[in-house]
Amino acid sequence: MPLARTEFQAGLRASLPLLVAIAPFGLVTGVAMAAGGIPPLQAMAMSVLVYAGASMLAAMQLIVEGAPALVVVLAAFIVNLRLLMYSASIRPYFTGEPLGRRLLVSYALVDNPYALFIQRFGTHPGAAGKFDYFVGLAIPTWLCWQAAVGAGLLVGHQLPAAWKLEFAAPLAFIAMSVPLLRDKATAAAALSAGITAVLTHGLPLRLGLALAAAVGIAFGLFTEKLLRTKA
Amino acid sequence: MTLWLIILGMSVATFGQRASFLLLPEHVKLPLLLRQALRYVPAAVLTAIWAPELLLQKGVLSLAPGNERLLAGMVAIAVAWRFRATFATIVAGLVALHVFDRLF
Repeated sequence: MPLARTEFQAGLRASLPLLVAIAPFGLVTGVAMAAGGIPPLQAMAMSVLVYAGASMLAAMQLIVEGAPALVVVLAAFIVNLRLLMYSASIRPYFTGEPLGRRLLVSYALVDNPYALFIQRFGTHPGAAGKFDYFVGLAIPTWLCWQAAVGAGLLVGHQLPAAWKLEFAAPLAFIAMSVPLLRDKATAAAALSAGITAVLTHGLPLRLGLALAAAVGIAFGLFTEKLLRTKA
Repeated sequence: MTLWLIILGMSVATFGQRASFLLLPEHVKLPLLLRQALRYVPAAVLTAIWAPELLLQKGVLSLAPGNERLLAGMVAIAVAWRFRATFATIVAGLVALHVFDRLF
């Protein structure tokens, strides 16, 4: 099926500024994985198959601590809960598309292209060329991400431990979460989840992360409701 | 071997999450509460990952100036808030970590 040229090209063009954010994050992910001692082949396989940087960093931290496999997978699932949100949010735009296309969109559904896609088609779920635009966004994003992780893995092994590059992982999470705090309800969700995570850190099987997510969502919803009844 | 098992598990779980709603039949509608709840997931989960890394030292809460990870993290938070730039945040945090390490 040929792609509609114009929307595909519009997607390609729109993706270019994103690469400035994706390349460093991929690089940091690669460096952190290498610093944590994940072999390059497995790290690259994870990057291609899982294709979700935040969960890769979280998994790496747990693998280094020697956590059981199931705990690592569950923690990654919780970190990637936001992908469920993206899937639900982007669904109305692709309901009519064939299964193959929806599977492709699923694989390529990551933070930045999702945000740009919603920006362009936001209130026009019926507009033409959505799939082509999404593919235009997704291809450069994917290539840039994989190349950056690969480069990070290559360099990461040669960088001295004294540089404390493992700290790049929590810093990357700060970079991802702080810009989200635009309203009071989201801030309440983040604050309550952060406090819960600190208080429950000693719990086995990383139950703290699941608890923190639940508490955060509850506080977010509660604050939203509180503000709405006040207004 | 365990590592490959982890990679396989993560791949299946992550793809399942992305495909979940996209593969639902057209007539299925999502409950409002679910859609509202999902909006708070990114901020809650991402914060829950880094907060213990900054506030705990060997599993114990540490708010003393000797906790250079906390101080460096606060610098990173300020940079992320002001500039919303991933790379700048990470570089600022790493540089701050080394500076505070020398100071204390």
